[in-house]
Amino acid sequence: MTELTYLQAISSALRDELRADERVLLMGEDIGVFGGAFKVTDGFIEEFGPERVMDTPLAESAIIGTAIGAAVVGLRPVCEMQFSDFISCGFDQLVNVAGKMHYRQGLAVPITVRLPSGGGFSGGPFHSQNPEAWFMHAPGIKVVAPSTAEDAKGLLHAAIRDPNPVCFMEHKHLYRRIKGEVPDGVYETPFRARVARPGSDLVVIAYGAMVHTALEATEDLDDASVEVLDLRSLVPLDEEAILESVARCSKVAIIDEANATCAAGAQVAALVAERGFEDLDGPVVRVATPDVPIPFSPPLEAAVLPSVDAVKEACRELLAY
Amino acid sequence: MATNIAEAQAKEPAGSTPHLLLEDRVWLLRAMLMMRGLEERAMSLYRQGKLPGSFYDGYGQEAVSAGAAFAMGRTDRLCILHRDLAAHVIRGVSPERILGQYLGRDTGITRGRDGNVHFGDFRLGCVGMVSMLPDMMLVATGMAMAFKLRGERRCAMTWFGDGSTSRGDFHEAMNWAGVQKLPVIFVLENNQYAYSTPLDKQFAVDPVERAAAYGFVGVTVDGNDVEEMFEAARAARERALAGEGPTLIEAVTMRMHGHAAHDDMKYVPTEQVTEWRKRDPVERQEARLRTLGVDVDELRAAVQAEIDVATEQALAAPMPDPATAASGVFSEGEGEPLGDGQAPWSGAAGRLVRPPDVASQPDDAAGAELGEPGRRAAPAAGERGAARG
Repeated sequence: MTELTYLQAISSALRDELRADERVLLMGEDIGVFGGAFKVTDGFIEEFGPERVMDTPLAESAIIGTAIGAAVVGLRPVCEMQFSDFISCGFDQLVNVAGKMHYRQGLAVPITVRLPSGGGFSGGPFHSQNPEAWFMHAPGIKVVAPSTAEDAKGLLHAAIRDPNPVCFMEHKHLYRRIKGEVPDGVYETPFRARVARPGSDLVVIAYGAMVHTALEATEDLDDASVEVLDLRSLVPLDEEAILESVARCSKVAIIDEANATCAAGAQVAALVAERGFEDLDGPVVRVATPDVPIPFSPPLEAAVLPSVDAVKEACRELLAY
Repeated sequence: MATNIAEAQAKEPAGSTPHLLLEDRVWLLRAMLMMRGLEERAMSLYRQGKLPGSFYDGYGQEAVSAGAAFAMGRTDRLCILHRDLAAHVIRGVSPERILGQYLGRDTGITRGRDGNVHFGDFRLGCVGMVSMLPDMMLVATGMAMAFKLRGERRCAMTWFGDGSTSRGDFHEAMNWAGVQKLPVIFVLENNQYAYSTPLDKQFAVDPVERAAAYGFVGVTVDGNDVEEMFEAARAARERALAGEGPTLIEAVTMRMHGHAAHDDMKYVPTEQVTEWRKRDPVERQEARLRTLGVDVDELRAAVQAEIDVATEQALAAPMPDPATAASGVFSEGEGEPLGDGQAPWSGAAGRLVRPPDVASQPDDAAGAELGEPGRRAAPAAGERGAARG
């Protein structure tokens, strides 16, 4: 075990995959000579060369599209969107070409798309988004979102080795804030939820950075026993783990950093309403970012992103129900 | 680095055919006849209410796909457009499976998951198109990138229309391929209309001229002359394999039918259709072969007989099982890699004419390139090679 930041864990997974499998190559804007906007691939070009750590033209559709072409003839491309927001420019290739390929033609498309996402540092409307729900709605694309350093490495290994297109949502605000013991070498974290903290009075369901918000908000909440379920994977969604937590706790709060409408949490709420209704002792509560672009100025941004206090308040109300 | 059209054409005289034997010329006609015959049959099935959805054909454009695909080798990879059925015929897809595809049968290439010419038999080295055009330009560019990274002597080819040149993916693919000097051939099928939109509403400058701006060769050819089309593709492939990068081939042709079966094409002036009818690509190749003593009528009859049998088989084939409608969205395992296609041209790399639908073998014995005795094509390694040159 080695203590790594969330960002170092991602770098470690990429480095291990490049060493282990010569079919793997990284593609993205400024990832080679510069080492990436967030320095995830710092120093990689020296070890692996400019062909496997490829500085591409500024063209997101082309990054995804050429990765699909390279993947179907045998390579394992890992694409970096400099910010997850820019995936909108590559949306068509990912959703229409990659996502539908296996269903239509029986042809596997093993590409991983790394999406540095999330807000909390005045990135503004185009550098703060959480676009995971766009891809949950598109058949044929897996979506994972780690919250810890250990899962960041393990889920990335599993994503790169998965034969399908995988969106890897890495939260920028966790890059250097989160540290943890990470197993050495290659290991694959399954695309299933994990109980971040067990409890019995209420379960808070979250993923990515919101797992930490949920843990902090409920660490000492009026002596209540609060469970935190970390989804880790949004597609596939670990429905059994969600329903087990609901059965155990009977009260559910769901947190999204993404805009509320049709967010991942909305899907979880629908699942609980459909299949967990008999286990509920209160309404399903959601805390999410309202349907606005993420504003730039710190007080405005803080006003829209789910805060520790907002989660605390929502949980208190639900516990009292 | 950029070469203008005149220079490129001077280097590769348009319409020259020293690379075609008589058997090749017959093959080209056969592929075009098969395309026309299958599409006429499909249109008839559509009008009888037996073919679901709509139907899109390439009547009058047969030379574009036949000529270009014919120049490709077994281990080359193709992303084929919806008016390019002859390319599938050349790669080895059987008429029965093509009709099964149109009819939404379980025996079609996509087993009813997609319709029309939205298919590519990956076992024959083809990846099916999507409706967002020209998305496959980028996929073909990515294939070529992989070939270059692995140091393989192979190339990728893709087709797209005049309307596609207005979209960003056209620019992104042309630029990327130019920057990385990739072995990819872009075939621009200029059929005068994107649905109802004529060329003068699509672009201010003929898109072939943009090739030079991206740093590679652009050539304009008569898209209704299958041998001229072949020659342009052959030369482009030679450039690609020599490391000279991509080529944009603009094939000038005419969409003789509506965008799809429902389209009466009232927006096209009658004189324009009349004029282009005189340049029918099938009739031109027939006339050429007749003067060489080929029994064209016999060939026509043989193709029609094959289509009749295929129609019966396709109509008798089962529909897909509704219980499977939600399966196959994700790949459960590594997945089967792309296979090699049929390559009937006498000069093709690793030439192979296989019986229809026989799965390809690993290409460990790719043949010598034409004109380069002793030099062998790099093995495809079952599409599992390393990402370095």
